[in-house]
Amino acid sequence: MAVLPPDLSAADFAKALAEFRAAIGPDWVFSSEDDLGPYRDSFSPVWDTQKERLASAAVAPANVEQVQAIVRIAGKYRIPLFPISTGKNFGYGGPSPNVTGSIVVDLKRLNQVLELDEARAFALVEPGVSYFDLYREIEARGLKLMIDCPDPGWGSPIGNSLERGIGYTMPSFRDHFGASCGMEVVLPNGELMRTGMGALPGSKTWQEYKYGFGPDPSGLFAQGNFGIVTKMGFRLYPRPDFYRTGLVTVPRRRDYVKLVEICNYLSDSMLCGEIVHGSPLAALMGKPDFAALATKLGGPSDADIDAAASAAGLPSWQVDLQFFGPEATTAANWAHAKDMILSAIPGAKAIDGDAFALPATPAQLENKTQPYRSGIRRHGALGVPSLGIWKIVRDDGHLGFFPVLPRSAEAVFEMQRVMCDALREFDKMPSFFNATTAPLHWHSYAFQMVYAPGVKRGDPAHNDMVDRAMHKAVTVAAAHGWGDYRAAPIYQDAVSDTYSFNNHALRRFHESLKDAVDPDGIIAPGRGGIWPKRFRKS
Amino acid sequence: MTIIRHHARLAALASLIALTSGAGYAAPKKAADTGAAVRGKLVFERQCAACHGQGPGDDGSPRLPGTDALQRKYGGAMPGALEKRTDLNAEIIRTFVRHGSGPMPMFRKAELSDAAIDDIAAYLKVSSKP
Repeated sequence: MAVLPPDLSAADFAKALAEFRAAIGPDWVFSSEDDLGPYRDSFSPVWDTQKERLASAAVAPANVEQVQAIVRIAGKYRIPLFPISTGKNFGYGGPSPNVTGSIVVDLKRLNQVLELDEARAFALVEPGVSYFDLYREIEARGLKLMIDCPDPGWGSPIGNSLERGIGYTMPSFRDHFGASCGMEVVLPNGELMRTGMGALPGSKTWQEYKYGFGPDPSGLFAQGNFGIVTKMGFRLYPRPDFYRTGLVTVPRRRDYVKLVEICNYLSDSMLCGEIVHGSPLAALMGKPDFAALATKLGGPSDADIDAAASAAGLPSWQVDLQFFGPEATTAANWAHAKDMILSAIPGAKAIDGDAFALPATPAQLENKTQPYRSGIRRHGALGVPSLGIWKIVRDDGHLGFFPVLPRSAEAVFEMQRVMCDALREFDKMPSFFNATTAPLHWHSYAFQMVYAPGVKRGDPAHNDMVDRAMHKAVTVAAAHGWGDYRAAPIYQDAVSDTYSFNNHALRRFHESLKDAVDPDGIIAPGRGGIWPKRFRKS
Repeated sequence: MTIIRHHARLAALASLIALTSGAGYAAPKKAADTGAAVRGKLVFERQCAACHGQGPGDDGSPRLPGTDALQRKYGGAMPGALEKRTDLNAEIIRTFVRHGSGPMPMFRKAELSDAAIDDIAAYLKVSSKP
């Protein structure tokens, strides 16, 4: 399984490894097959095939100077590097690189929480710090701050935000890259750069004003390949005093149109946290007649769905609402939400949920006292990292395709129908898209839906089907204006291809930048669909 | 309760030892088995317990995912919780850590060193005692 970096002889690779060992210590250069095993993508649908992307080595620096040394050595030998932080990007490639033969730069040893400021509500961290680490540090210091963490929480704030990952609290924190403020980057030539106010020597506002002066290039480092981020600041949520939940249901399918509009208003007005949308009718998918209706070619009619809901005694749609803030404010916001929805939608019902002071007790974190079946995952909602979500992982993992769609019920119904019809041929997998599929309101101002087919390492035929389904999903979604937000290396070119306005002007711009700052492709060539000239196919 | 007794037994030694898991981790050469167990407990709590611990799972799940998966796999023939297992030596743990198993991914030396795995094994020896 041993592989070499592109265009490099075994002898020169050995010389490069010797230089890496001299720079960071022999214990932290990994090149044996055993040591490189954990750098494979354990969720890969192309495991042990020619399509799998394999590292030639991994290096684990202890500090920024060692990262710079690694980049300079890699530049000397023209070896592509692939940086990872905690390496938990499962479903999107894990720790595996875009280009076979790359050397993974494992940043786990850069694991310091460098700054935590309660009064000004920010953190400055290194890439190896996980959400668990940051949470523990805040707890240990007794600070009244709340993080917004992904689910599961073993990833790193830097890695997750650079993948444009999300969380589950208030809109301004759920978008993790959006909540970042200031970064330090090792550039492809080994030079160190700081963005925003970090570029001003003596500035004390690096984590408070992200722009500084002039263009802000920080966006280039998210899903990009223009440098290795070694420090990053994040805005934190001053821990609210109180948490309150409530459930609203609406009887008819078409009621969802108004419900979404009101929910958008509540969210955009910063009156509530993540709104968890759901269709109670999903509980009927085990019944063949209803499943046939919900996956009907061309989509079911509103009348047919309403009749099925009525017969089952179920509402058509529901939203789990959650409120943060002073107790009185949460009560007022919930009362306002109820008033808006119940007065606008005949037959809508509202149920009071839990209400308690923060921080939650262990019993409250268990989330067993909601008087209804809730879609809220409480750990994530309260910014407490967990691996409890891993219970949904079956076989050898899964992939993730999360197309972005408008926040409207009409768009939800259209995606349900289009994607259900398009993926009908892959009927050996669950129907991720049907008339009960709910949107995710994770990113602050857009919906997404989830397509996450499972992977079975011992079943190549299944994995081949999954691979074909992923490509078809990307293509069909794009034909309707829905783009994926994040992808594994093996799908990044396909996704990038769909963002093609004006003959791929955006990608050509990125390529121009890449050619200018990293012509040899030292930093993650291919990441985000951006290839330097050296690797571009003519 | 067994766990509380183990906590008391191990806590007395905790202040003696500086603890990390992956980065820069090296077991002191003169450490006694008890020292390894104390370090291992900390590593287990940081690296394993979120999935393989004995607490409840999220949102009403009776068990954490790893513990639940093993409980179902063994059907009661062996405990689902690793801290109750008596058959897990360092080599067995290393095999699963480095190679993964089904939904469990592999763990890298940069995040969980071989020395840390040895300490986990030492801790599990203590934790599994009745």
